[in-house]
Amino acid sequence: MAEREQSRRSKEAEQDTEEEALPVERESDEKLDELLDEIDQVLEENAEEFVRNYIQKGGE
Amino acid sequence: MAIHKVLGTETEYGISVRGARDFNPALASTQLVNSYPGRRVRVQWSYEEESPGRDARGFGHEGYGVADPEGALVNAVLSNGARLYVDHAHPEFSGPECFDPVEATLYDKVGELVMHRAATAASELLPPGQRMSIYKNNSDGKGNSYGAHENYLLSRETPFGEVIRFATTFLVTRQIFTGAGKVGSENGRPEVPFQLTQRADFFEEEVGLETTLKRPIINTRDEPHGDPSKYRRLHVIIGDANLSEPQILLKMGTMALLLAALEDSALPDSLDLANPVDACWQVSHDLDLHRPLPLDDGGSATALELQWRYHEWLGKYVEAETDDEQAHALIAAWGQVLADLEEDPMRCADRLDWVAKKRLLEGYIERDGLGWDNPKLRALDLQYHDVDPERSLHRRLVGRGAMQGMFGDAELAKAEVEPPERTRAYFRGRCVSRFPGSLVAANWDSLVFDTGETHLKRIPMMEPLKGDRSRVGAILDSADDAAGLIALLGGQ
Repeated sequence: MAEREQSRRSKEAEQDTEEEALPVERESDEKLDELLDEIDQVLEENAEEFVRNYIQKGGE
Repeated sequence: MAIHKVLGTETEYGISVRGARDFNPALASTQLVNSYPGRRVRVQWSYEEESPGRDARGFGHEGYGVADPEGALVNAVLSNGARLYVDHAHPEFSGPECFDPVEATLYDKVGELVMHRAATAASELLPPGQRMSIYKNNSDGKGNSYGAHENYLLSRETPFGEVIRFATTFLVTRQIFTGAGKVGSENGRPEVPFQLTQRADFFEEEVGLETTLKRPIINTRDEPHGDPSKYRRLHVIIGDANLSEPQILLKMGTMALLLAALEDSALPDSLDLANPVDACWQVSHDLDLHRPLPLDDGGSATALELQWRYHEWLGKYVEAETDDEQAHALIAAWGQVLADLEEDPMRCADRLDWVAKKRLLEGYIERDGLGWDNPKLRALDLQYHDVDPERSLHRRLVGRGAMQGMFGDAELAKAEVEPPERTRAYFRGRCVSRFPGSLVAANWDSLVFDTGETHLKRIPMMEPLKGDRSRVGAILDSADDAAGLIALLGGQ
């Protein structure tokens, strides 16, 4: 099927660049750690209470 | 040729008053709408042209009268053509009618800005230590869901049975790229740590008129908000409210294309699922996107495989029918998302809310050694959707370049004030700016003015593509007041 062809083509294209892609992945993990540190600063302090008190009525 | 797909979104937001022991959500929503500091007119929302109880399958429905009078209490029409109001116990932003999916994405995002500004102003009126928090999500995680609806203009000639036939499988399978992600499951569905969508657990019927109970995959509300002899409006209720801009564009753009192709008879097969309702939550619970869904013809296919079929058909349709650059770009972006999901869903962490959220949650699980039942994860889930840019986790991700955005702050600020120029929203929005003191009632397809004469003057707007800037811009600019406007429009 044509759509499978297309998907396979894009997979091949990705495999060609896999070697360059790896360092980017690692950098992304570091960035994730930095991001989590940043989020720690703004995260609701009492998660349990925050979640418990978030009650909505149904809508629509 | 399919009629132009005028489109837009209406979103109910979650509301909470932090620091309060107890609060009344309807009252808080009212305070929020009334506090909105932007350019707006409080109006009567006139219901005479609305008919939420009319069924697109051709029959009326006992027990559905005019809209809930409680919901009509607080209504504002904004200078960008949107409606800001209280719907049951939620503040709702119904964006203006937009000309294309990029514009619809922009105004969907403007809703967050409007909610944030309104909540900030409303918080100033609360006792010390309290503040209003608003969430663009669709579930409280405790079995209560509220909607994010999409609207698309259809020709009246399009048989509704064809919409049911061709859109059902598409709507169920598109969840792989429309989900906003959710910790846990609800409504009696099997337990899962995390799922693709906020809403899938709540869909219990294939077709129906309801939006609050027994929610259907295809909603049959036949309320065109335009000339009923020419138009239908497809009211899509099975979507999540999204934060990601490219994701909103993908959700709206692909649906508009599917409907255009349907009207042009360009869909070769309806790809019927054997059980669409089960498939709905099954797709949402399938984090690896590998689950085969039984088809009516006896075979099976995954949601991803079915989406590839639609991608192929709509790609050919766009190639053959249009030079529209947006449509061509959409096909390319859609194909890339499907290819990335197939390779590794994590590749979509920069574009799809559910993937971005999952990446964040898994980051916390790994770093802090949390279990999926830790309340911190539910708190993160919730806070992803906070409309306050200081608290929004989505906003953090965009700010750090971890998620893609489309619009700058200046563009959003402009769209908060100014209406789309190519639909009747232009006329509505500009009337709010120019003649706020005379506008007494509004609806999607009419405005009512008090010009000081004995009778109120009603201006019908039954054509979604008329009332645009090219037709009425000069008249709106030159009229001195509402009476002058009506005289220039040729009405009495």
